[in-house]
Order: sequence, then C-alpha cells, then structure tokens
Amino acid sequence: MDRRRTLKYLAAGTALTGFLFTSCADDKKYQVAGVPKKAKNPFGYGRTPEELERDKNLSERSFFTSDEAALINVLADIIIPADEEYGAATDTDVFTFIDFMALDRPDFQIPLRGGLQWINQESRRRFNKEFVNISESQQIEIVEDIAYPFDAEPAFTQGARFFSILRDLVACGYFSSKEGIEYIGYMGNTPHVWDGVPQEVLDEHGLAYDQKTLDECVDQSKRNETMDWSGYEL
Amino acid sequence: MFQIKEQSPVYDVCIVGSGAGGGMAAKILAEAGLKIALMEAGPDFDPADPDSQTQLKWNYESPRRGASTPTRSFGDMDMAYGGWEIHGEPYTRKGDSEFDWFRSRMVGGRTNHWGRISLRFGPLDFKRKDFDGKGDNWPIGYEDIAPYYDKVDKLVGVYGTRENIPNEPDGYFLPPPKPRLHELYLKKGIKKLGIPVIPARKSVLTKRLNDSRGVCFYCQQCNRACNVYADFSSSSVLVKPAGETGNMDLYVDAMVREVLTDENGRATGVSYISRQDRQEYQIKSKVVVLAASACGTARIMLNSKSDRHPNGIGNSSGVLGHYLHDSTGASRSAILPELLDRTRYNEDGARGMHIYTPWWLNDKKDLEFTRGYHIEYGGGMYMPGYGVGFGMEHQNGRIPGKDGKMKKAGGYGLSFKEDVKRFYGAGIGFAGRGESVPQKDNYCEIDPDVVDQYGIPVLRFNYHWTKDEIMQAKHMQDTFEEIIHALGAVPNGEKPGADTNYGLEAPGRIIHEVGTTRMGTDKNTSVTNKYNQTHDVDNLFVMDGGVFVSQADKNPTWTILALAWRSSDYLIDELKKMNI
Repeated sequence: MDRRRTLKYLAAGTALTGFLFTSCADDKKYQVAGVPKKAKNPFGYGRTPEELERDKNLSERSFFTSDEAALINVLADIIIPADEEYGAATDTDVFTFIDFMALDRPDFQIPLRGGLQWINQESRRRFNKEFVNISESQQIEIVEDIAYPFDAEPAFTQGARFFSILRDLVACGYFSSKEGIEYIGYMGNTPHVWDGVPQEVLDEHGLAYDQKTLDECVDQSKRNETMDWSGYEL
Repeated sequence: MFQIKEQSPVYDVCIVGSGAGGGMAAKILAEAGLKIALMEAGPDFDPADPDSQTQLKWNYESPRRGASTPTRSFGDMDMAYGGWEIHGEPYTRKGDSEFDWFRSRMVGGRTNHWGRISLRFGPLDFKRKDFDGKGDNWPIGYEDIAPYYDKVDKLVGVYGTRENIPNEPDGYFLPPPKPRLHELYLKKGIKKLGIPVIPARKSVLTKRLNDSRGVCFYCQQCNRACNVYADFSSSSVLVKPAGETGNMDLYVDAMVREVLTDENGRATGVSYISRQDRQEYQIKSKVVVLAASACGTARIMLNSKSDRHPNGIGNSSGVLGHYLHDSTGASRSAILPELLDRTRYNEDGARGMHIYTPWWLNDKKDLEFTRGYHIEYGGGMYMPGYGVGFGMEHQNGRIPGKDGKMKKAGGYGLSFKEDVKRFYGAGIGFAGRGESVPQKDNYCEIDPDVVDQYGIPVLRFNYHWTKDEIMQAKHMQDTFEEIIHALGAVPNGEKPGADTNYGLEAPGRIIHEVGTTRMGTDKNTSVTNKYNQTHDVDNLFVMDGGVFVSQADKNPTWTILALAWRSSDYLIDELKKMNI
C-alpha cells in the first residue's frame, strides 16, 4: 500500500470519529448492498419473510374436524372452568391455539387425535354415547380416571397420557392469554424502573437488602445522568 | 455457467461477519479512516427497526404463544434469525460425535439475542497449563488484554461490582440492579455453604453511558434486541457507528465462500454467493479479516484451497479446525416453597440473573477435574408464554396444598386452575457453565460428501467430551443439590446421574464454541500469532472466538471484543509502518 495514502486514510479517520445518532432505522448513513424487499406482515410482531409465509399458511388451515373441536372445547372447560371472577378456557379461545400447535408441531397430531378417539371409545363403552353427549357427572367420572397420571389404573394409562398433554395445552392457552395473564397476576412487559423488591414484600418474607447491596446497586434517581468515571479506580 | 462479478472498489479491509468480533473490527478500522467492506450472510438488522421488533410484544400476539420454531430455536420472539438448523445449510457429525452448531444470520449475529453476561478472563485463565499441565497456555497474559477490557467496558457498558477476587478481574462497571426476591433467598441460602454470590456482570446500561444509547427500562427482554440500544448488540453499538463514518459498505445476504489469493498466497479479497440471486461475486481488498464465528471462519479457511495453500488458507500447521471447544453446561431446577402464592408486583428486571457465583475452588487440588465453572441463577415471575402451566402433575403432588394436605398429582377444574397460579413464580433454576480442556482430537473439517444449497462444502464435526468435563458436571449436580437442600427447596425431577454424564449438555449447546484458529507463538501448532494475524498470510486476520487457546469458565464475548480491538489497533499500526 502507498504510504501517503495510508496516512491520508488515518488522518481522515480522526476527523470522522464522532457520529450522529438517529432513531430512525431506515435513515442509513451508509450503503447497504443486497437488501431484499419487505413483505407485508399481518402479525403484530417481527417476522422474517420465510416465517411470514409459513405462519400465514398455518393460520389459514385447520387440523381438527368440527366434531373434534367440540370435544376439545368440552374437555378444555372441564380442565379450566370459570370461577366467580374469571372465565373458562373456551372464553379465551384455547381451541385456536391448540389447533395451530397441532399444525405447527405435527408431533402433537397423533397423540391428540388418537386421545380424542380414546375418550369417545371409553364414553361409548360406559354410556353408549359420545363424550359430548353424556351428562356432566358422567364426563367427570371418565375424567377422574385419567386426570391423575401417577394414580391411573392400567386400563386408563393411555387416556391419562392424553389428558396430561391436553391439560398442558389448555393451561398454556389460557394462562398465556390476555385474561389468563390477568388471572395469574403478571404485571410486567411494560417499561418501568426496577428498584428492588417492594418493602411490604420484603417484610412478608422477613428479608432485607443489606447495606452493601444498597450502596453498590444503582441509584435509580440518577439513572439518566451520564456515567462519570473520574475517581473510579481498578 | 456463472459469471463471476467483481465489485468495483478495492477496499482496504474486507471483514467477514458482523457479530462481536467483526463489528468491533469494523468500528475501529472505519473510524481510523480505512475503507471497509463488511460482509454479512444474513439480512440487515437494527434493533430499533419497528418492522422486526418483538420487544414489548405479548406472547399472545404469537399464534404459538412464543413457542420455538425451526427458525427461532429460542422462541418466536427471540432475536436470532437462524438456530440449531438452518434450512439449506446443513452440517454433519462423524461417527458417534455430538456437536450442535447455533448460527445466527443477521447483522450483529448472535449478539442480538445473547445473555449479555460479560466476564473478563482472569490471569489464571491465560495460563492454565502452568497449573494443571493440560492443554496449552495462551501466548498473551492478562496484562496484555487488560487495557482493552477497560476500553470495551467504557465503550460498550457493563454493570457489576468491584469484588477484588483474584481470577475474576474487576472492570469499569455501571452499578448493578438490585436482586429480586428469589435471588435474596438464594444469596441467604448459598452464603451458609461458603459459596460466593456476587452481583452479575452484564452489558446492560443501568445508567446513561453516552448520548447515542438509551438506559435500561427493565422489560426483561434483552434476548429480543433492545429498541433503545440499552444493551450490547454488535448491530447497534458497533456496526451502526462504523457505518456512520462513511467509510464502510455493508454487504448483506452475502455468503462468503472463500478467501481469494494471488500467486504469492496473499489474500486479495473474498468471493461470495448472494442469497438473493445465487450469483457469485468478488470483493477485492488489501486485507481480509475473518470474523464469521469460530466454525464459520474455519469453514471459509478450509474451503480456501490453492497451490500455495493446499490444505486451506492459513493451515500449514494442520491445526485449523482443531482444538474446537465449547463451555460445559449442566442444569437443575427446584420449587422454593416460600414463593408459593407470592404477592404480585412487576418483577421484570434486566434479562436473566442479577446475581451469580464465580468459580470458587481454584485452590482446591483434589477435585476429579481441573477447570472451574460458574453458576447462573434463574427464577421469578416471567411473562407467561408457551410452556406456562405445563407439567403441573410433576409439581402439585409434591408439595402440600394451602390446607396443608397432600393431593394427587395432576387434576382438573378450579383446584387445578388455582394450582397454576399458586406455583407461578415459585421456581428457581441453576445452570453451571464451565471450562473444558481443549483437545486436538475435537475438530471440525470439511465433509467430503456434502455441500449446502449454495454449493459450498459444509463442516463435519468430530467431538467427544473427556473425563474432565464429565466429572465437572457431576460436581455441578452435587453443588446444585447441596444448594437446593440448604434452601429447603424441592428439586424437580431426579438428579442426573452417570447414565446421562450428569446432565452434561452436548458440545456446542452452550454456544461458546472457540479454538479452531487458536493463537500461539509456534506456527506449527497454532494458526494465528498473538495479534490474531495468521502465521501463513500476513494480510489475513481472524477476529472471532476461533483464536482462543482456552475458553475459561467465562462467557467469550468480552474477550472476543477486547482481542478484536487489540488486533485492529495492531493492524492499523502495521499498515502505518507499511509492514502489510
């Protein structure tokens, strides 16, 4: 490399070490080669073009039949019924979530479809009717035999396995929904300032921050002051 | 058939990869006035771009409630485009080897989603062979890298506390956030055992660092990439300012295949396949810097064969790809009964742990393994998403209910609904992350039979853990059990035993893979010199984790950043002296 040119580069560089901050991501100050076109995104969160295509496709399809959907909904409300304040599983449309998961993760398909068949077979064997058509107390009689996997009789272990999978999905569908999050009491996902466990909670647990911790942790009243290293020694 | 297209300008430096190492090189070299081509295999990415944003989105906005997918291994909201498998870009394993390779194809690479745990290596970590006779010493010591750790601290920002622990060097720390409730319990219980617990060290801005980045607003979601740049991502902290010098062109969706050389074997640029049109292009440059990740860089070098470099560029030693090593990892979880039915409040903090345990047994000689590990702690009231309420049958039958009576595991109805609420936020987790002993026999090579969809030969992995790592995992499990008992917690599942190597994760799973282009003074046993410059080709540098001689029990990012900065300074100096 030509020596003078090198020096020129280096000298030019010293003048350019400062830079401007822009909050707008599209306002590039430099050339980007090879950028693809952006696809329209009907989902409310960032997706790559490959993900968009797959998710759109899955959202437009359904795995379960309408009969299977009805049975899932009955079981879902047995697993999570309404209480005085909050709704039941079907109030949060857990079926749509479960149906999507069966397409998203095909490993769910046979255990779920087969499990629903198992339930109906058991219902016909005992009561000569499909599960959705028997009385509530008859439904509970079957559910009692499969809801406790470690206590299930040998004749019901497959049913218990199915029920555990469905219980997972129903619980997840409910507790990750807007209503379920309110019920469970999660209060985050919003900008805030974490300044430690509230005093009344510390008191409840008989815990306290020691002085060292209080001294070394961030003073949140000064969080927006630029860090000053003067006097800082290693 | 293909017309190879040469891009017009001749750059001073072509940098391959825009993660921690490539981003740092781009920033330092562009700010020094050099003309840079920065090559990235994935799309452009800026954490502030609302189109790609997942931060502050609710999991219920995802039809799968945030579950992982083949394209987002760590969940639908995680900001890593890629994962353990990338469609069309396979890798293989030889025999019964285990190795999983996590790749992230986007500007900033894996720094967009990582855990932000930012630990300096200590003096011992560069000279482990002197103490246990295993592996090799680094050609540099702590004193060589310390000034660069200082600079990285001040440029990037890291919170922590000065503890004066011999092999856990202090840095220029921002003040840490306060521990959460489960962390107060952990501190109290673990102290009784004589195991240290100190504030975490993470590159999250708890205080304003400069005018170009925001301050943490405690959403707990660093893995989703931060819209206000309050944590470290190469995309926001390094690549963006590098671009704003006006001295850098960024090439995205550019899969670099090989380093081009002249008749003397010196690097003249790179060739790449555009993912958009699958055409082959060339970039000409006076210097090439590879920072495509330890294995990505090894793959490019092994594929860069010529008369002068018959075994791949920079590989006259034959050790290119060898000494590949990842951190060890093992974990356990438990339920802390004091946290059942806990009072609700917004507990979101900085992502992950606010406290951790650094390795505390450096002086103990009678362990059945020689290298240490640190412990990361988890827990708290997280945003419910995919997995919430799962496996209740493994919890509610093991702890008495509110009425003090045991009940049958599983269930349904209102009692089940209440149980999910009762157990929410009561879990605690332990993850050991340890140092493995690098082995020449653990390596990646080019698979003679397989190419990816761009026609580029792929990597084949050969990797087995040794007794050192397995016995270290056993020690982790013993420690976790000891802590769980000291806390009066109820462990989940059985303690992993010898049949599972004590829960030791497969190599690659901790995503700290390094060592494939290790540095050294002897050109017969190393690929680069102590300034990350290849022994064989003076204008070819490696600035990613490949140059690590050994990994320490520290996460590698801070050391990648410091070494890339040091190497960039050296490169500028060598250019000034006309040595390159």
